Amino acid sequence: MNLDFSDDQKYLQSEARKFLEKENSLKRNRDVLDNKCGLDEELWKKIVAMGWTGIRIPEEYDGLGLGHLELCVVAEELGRALAPVPFSSSVYLFTEAIIKYANEDIKKDLLPKLVSGECVGTLAVAEDLLAPTEDNIKCECKDEKLSGTKIAVPDAAIATHAVVVCRGNAGIELRLVDLNSEECKVQIQENIDESRGYFSINFKDIKSDLIGEAGNGWELLQTILNQAAVLFSFEQIGGSQAALDMANNYAKERYAFGRAIGSYQAIKHKLADMYISITLAKSNSYYGAWALSTDSAELSVAAATARVSSTEAFQFCSKENIQTHGGNGFTWEYDCHLFYRRSKLLSLNIGSLATWKEKLVTGLEKSNLANSN
Amino acid sequence: MDFNDTKEQAEFRAKCRNWLEQNAELKINVKSDKKDGMVGEEAFLQAAKKWQMKKFDAGWAMLHWPKEYGGIAATPIERIIWGQEESQFSVPRGIYEIGLGMAGPVMMQYASEEQKARFLPPMAEGKEIWCQLFSEPSAGSDVAGLRSKAVKDGDDWIINGQKVWTSGAHFSDYGILVVRHDPNLEKHKGMTFFFVDMKSPGIDIKPIKQITGGSSFNEVYFNDVRIPDSQRLGEIGDGWKVAITTLMNERLAVGDANGADAKEAFEWAKKQDDHGDPLIESKAVRESIADWYCQANGLKNTKLRTMSALSKGDTPGPEASITKVVSANKLQAIGNFGIDSIDMAGMLKTDNSEINGFQGAWLGSPGLRIAGGTDEILRNIIAERVLGLPQDPRADKGVAYKDIPSGSN
Repeated sequence: MNLDFSDDQKYLQSEARKFLEKENSLKRNRDVLDNKCGLDEELWKKIVAMGWTGIRIPEEYDGLGLGHLELCVVAEELGRALAPVPFSSSVYLFTEAIIKYANEDIKKDLLPKLVSGECVGTLAVAEDLLAPTEDNIKCECKDEKLSGTKIAVPDAAIATHAVVVCRGNAGIELRLVDLNSEECKVQIQENIDESRGYFSINFKDIKSDLIGEAGNGWELLQTILNQAAVLFSFEQIGGSQAALDMANNYAKERYAFGRAIGSYQAIKHKLADMYISITLAKSNSYYGAWALSTDSAELSVAAATARVSSTEAFQFCSKENIQTHGGNGFTWEYDCHLFYRRSKLLSLNIGSLATWKEKLVTGLEKSNLANSN
Repeated sequence: MDFNDTKEQAEFRAKCRNWLEQNAELKINVKSDKKDGMVGEEAFLQAAKKWQMKKFDAGWAMLHWPKEYGGIAATPIERIIWGQEESQFSVPRGIYEIGLGMAGPVMMQYASEEQKARFLPPMAEGKEIWCQLFSEPSAGSDVAGLRSKAVKDGDDWIINGQKVWTSGAHFSDYGILVVRHDPNLEKHKGMTFFFVDMKSPGIDIKPIKQITGGSSFNEVYFNDVRIPDSQRLGEIGDGWKVAITTLMNERLAVGDANGADAKEAFEWAKKQDDHGDPLIESKAVRESIADWYCQANGLKNTKLRTMSALSKGDTPGPEASITKVVSANKLQAIGNFGIDSIDMAGMLKTDNSEINGFQGAWLGSPGLRIAGGTDEILRNIIAERVLGLPQDPRADKGVAYKDIPSGSN
């Protein structure tokens, strides 16, 4: 019985934490937010130099050839530090899609460049102000040329490539496009957490390469999102824990009516509930990490379980952290809002809470997992 | 990460399994086995005694006890493995926990050699059942506020007062007891710990009828009950110190709320009609089931993390402290869902076992939110011991017990 990370993985995590603390990641998050520049290029370059972009990329393509578990522990630290970098877009979504579904030529071309930072990738799904479904995707591909408009695409300005969900002759397909090409227009979109950049992309007859099987794109997308859900859940528990730590410190320092506010049960119970939500999320994320790392048939249910509890934990902890800080928590000056913003970004980026609860129950209906409790 | 036993654990599990298969029957339905739980009926008692004796003879009765007292000094992970295996068999469990888990270890630490020789073997063999006499009508969450009196009289102590919430008092042979020997001292300093023969003259036991209609607890009255000083455990005034070690064991023992869970809600919703459609198609129901599944799985995986630490010989983190708060509230919500799902008929007692399960959960869950530490006390414990938040200012610190405001003059 070992639902835990190895000593080597824990070491990697503590090194990642030290690095991000030394780099003052939270301060960088705030600067990016203030300047609306979408990312911190200097921090991103340093992260690339550390080799993190190649954690999962096999050695034959210049990567470190490590597993998903190593990526999970790094994700938790990036989440804790609210790192303003395109790591999740390029690594959890794009690189993972290439590793899993791209042909050998594309892998040989792109994977080494994703390690070195020469290439950065993203995933383009949403098109309108509603949840994307297999039936409402409008972007179209004819004779390898893709046209249409995507919105809320993360990190598209620095990204050199994107995997785009579109409609082909045989149904939904995933297609790789070069974002530096003339046939696409990338425009920044104002958003709620501007420590990260969101963009619309208009494609007009852009050349594209099929990734994976034609017509089966929606199912491939679900697998990519399930894998990413586990990795994002680690970012979410990192962020939740940081928000709880912040609230906890403040509750001990701030006095009202002659005593630390943390000595009042109204505050204690709030913080205990934050701890409870994080513990549930963490345990479910560990289970998700196991399912991800072993390519288990349980992945879709395990990922949805991790996703739902971690989304709930981060949203709860970040809002109650503001509440614990009182009026100070509502100011731009205090860091509370940085966590609040990021919790919302992470709760939507690969689909809302309602979407994932529905995926969870659908998964239970398909499997026999509910019976194993 | 993996979910497999180590070689030693697998061997131990096989040993447990092998013996159980030869000596007991597998349960048909894990959640509604009639022999499970605390039942006071004579037939159940006899069956429980027989099973305990059988375990004793084969060396399974008190695994965690040190070798000198007949145990095998089992590691926590071995106890968990035994528990996992035993719980799959239809055997009467649940009446020896207080003896083997609380009274036994206290006796080993504080009783005389003679007393240990007299009391530990029948405790282990299951011939004598023990109960715990701590809570009082005016001392629940604040159990150190207890007021039952002990007055020294020659070589004896005379006990007067009332205990409450005593599980199994009516079929217990002995009890461990904390009482106040000096109300002039501060509250935590004026207590002393004893063990007492439950058949002593002056002890009067009355069952408490719970909101479920059942009675698993008692009120225990003490009227001039004599206890020899030789049955004192620990020094005079050390009562709280001795009690707190046993309470720690209880907080660990009170875990998951048994009863209808996410799985039962899910299975029911697939069968039940909702205005012409299957209930499982309701969006609200799907969201609730997702929430309960995440909680249930979160607790299950939390337990696995605790076991992982134990299995490596590490001390587990405080994660397990969330178990009862989450599971008791989940049980209440699921019970409520099940009853409401049959609309106007939800009030009726029926012969449908699933509905009975939901109604039982709804009626029983309020007790689980209180027993072994209320939701509020458990949140205080998480806040103070895990998160390091300061204690509330207290009106009872540095004050003689008799001067502490009690709301009753």
